[in-house]
Amino acid sequence: MARGFSIKHQPGFTAIAATCFAVLYMPIIVLVAYAFNASSSTSEWGGVSLKWFQSAWNNDQVVDATLRSFQIAATAAILATIVATMAALATTRTAPYPGLTFKYAAINQPLMVPEIVTGVALLIFFSRIKIFSGYSGLGYLIAAHTAFCIPFAYLPIRARLENMDLTLERAAADLYATPLKTFRHVTLPLLWPGILAGLMLAFVISLDDVVITEFVKSGGQDTLPTYMLGQIRRGITPEINAISTAFLLLSIVIVTLFFFISRKRD
Amino acid sequence: MGCCVPETPGRNAIEVRGVRKVFGAGEAQVAALDTVSVSIRENEFFTLLGPSGCGKTTLLRLIAGFDFPSAGEIMLYGEDIAPLPPFKRPVNTVFQSYALFPHMSVAQNIGFGLEMLGKPKDQVKARVAEMLKLVRMEALANRRTSQISGGQQQRVALARALAPQPKVLLLDEPLSALDYKLRKEMQIELKRLQSETGITFIFVTHDQEEALTMSDRIAVMSSGKILQVGTPRDIYDRPAERFVADFIGETNFLKAEVTGAANGRATVKLSSGVEIPASLPAGFSPSGKVTIVVRPEHAHLVAGNEKASLSGIVENVVYLGTDTHFHLKLDDGDAFIVRRQNARGGPVDLAQGDRAGIIIGGDAAQVLKD
Repeated sequence: MARGFSIKHQPGFTAIAATCFAVLYMPIIVLVAYAFNASSSTSEWGGVSLKWFQSAWNNDQVVDATLRSFQIAATAAILATIVATMAALATTRTAPYPGLTFKYAAINQPLMVPEIVTGVALLIFFSRIKIFSGYSGLGYLIAAHTAFCIPFAYLPIRARLENMDLTLERAAADLYATPLKTFRHVTLPLLWPGILAGLMLAFVISLDDVVITEFVKSGGQDTLPTYMLGQIRRGITPEINAISTAFLLLSIVIVTLFFFISRKRD
Repeated sequence: MGCCVPETPGRNAIEVRGVRKVFGAGEAQVAALDTVSVSIRENEFFTLLGPSGCGKTTLLRLIAGFDFPSAGEIMLYGEDIAPLPPFKRPVNTVFQSYALFPHMSVAQNIGFGLEMLGKPKDQVKARVAEMLKLVRMEALANRRTSQISGGQQQRVALARALAPQPKVLLLDEPLSALDYKLRKEMQIELKRLQSETGITFIFVTHDQEEALTMSDRIAVMSSGKILQVGTPRDIYDRPAERFVADFIGETNFLKAEVTGAANGRATVKLSSGVEIPASLPAGFSPSGKVTIVVRPEHAHLVAGNEKASLSGIVENVVYLGTDTHFHLKLDDGDAFIVRRQNARGGPVDLAQGDRAGIIIGGDAAQVLKD
């Protein structure tokens, strides 16, 4: 034990790690590789080509679904972040009281209830409203996405608030800042990295959603993931690979962007 | 005798009247402040001294407005500020943790209060420059607060609290995070700032040495009550209660019996049968058995037991550089410590096991209320 315990020196550790990484990344690597396939098969290699990217770009349905996805994700993420910020402030800026844990659970409900249950419930609920109101726009999808994005936005914001020194807000109040000015000049600037993290997380989660969207969407309201799912049912071409690759690239860009923003802030 | 600040009845900056603060409810109710009344004069360096949990910080928070009293009034120049929120009180605080805004520069921190008061930009700028000069931080005006040392952060916190020219400055153990040498420096610095700005300082500490060094007056607190208010000299030389005598400095407690009392002076008979004069706490006229206190440096040792007030055996001699402590066991079994300042070539007379007499001078003994 003189050298101390190191898991690196355990027999089989390297092999297990390599296997895990292979299982995790090989399918993605294969998917990306076949996006550049010249043939129309997703399993037989026919040379390098960008034609499937071009084909996706020229496919109106794909463009439509992508724009819709972004519209929903952006709106839902912003709404969810606003609500989550208010919820985080309300749950951290009070002395603990009985029932507070219950409120945490209520806010984080979408993390615990199976998506399929929420999906079915919303389908039934919204179908009634659709009949009564006659409205069948994107509002339902945005509302549903906002709801399940709230906990994802809430968690990083609450974490940030809990680590923030309460004395700072007290100091601001002591220096003649009204509660509103304290929030504007002290709390918000210090909370900003948490809010950005919440926003990005909510955006990515919304962009990715299939189950709830599938249940809630009306005809002609396909998002990119539900469109892809529909395509796969009909027969698969490397166009799906090309779309997935673009999607992957976008996620990497968002995460990297967030990483740099949050690092600069600290 | 016994007083370094003349008792000029100046205007009161703060008057705390019958303030109670109760935390919790029902069975679990705790009185952090138990009906406290105290007046703090204009331009005074006033210290709230006591062990942790004595209520000193609670009282400070009530004056700052971070908490509200359960009962009583807090008057600031005659106006009850107890119900006002902190941002409406012309009172600023230096926090124990400094609480500097990490997303602002040193200058922005100092200017924050004035900005919030809506002062014009050029006025804020001028005042910030003035404050930077006052705390000798001009060179670091544009630094982030995370890029400066603890002592410098302390100065910025002071400048930030002084910039809006508060009527009263509250300091919540601001020196406790500094090392010994820096703390000594800041004690002098604080005293200088107080006399230069002429602002009333209310300083909270558990460090009796700090309190004695800096204060014009001290209030000693324990268990939510103020036990005694007075100049450092009063508190040290004339403690009224056992807690005060024990908390501040080293003390010998002696059993005695009052044989006569008049005009704040008493004659008490010690266990040795010798009668000595002693001072009485204001408005206190005891009879029968009492406890008296004698500071170790206010008693003298003589060899043998002639002409002495008390006598005993030297049990231990502790050399401390500047002075020597003689630990004695009195004839009645009690312990007594005498402190003697060391002089070069001074007599090295008494050693362990020697018999010695203790002379308690005419003004050395003080009768306690409890």
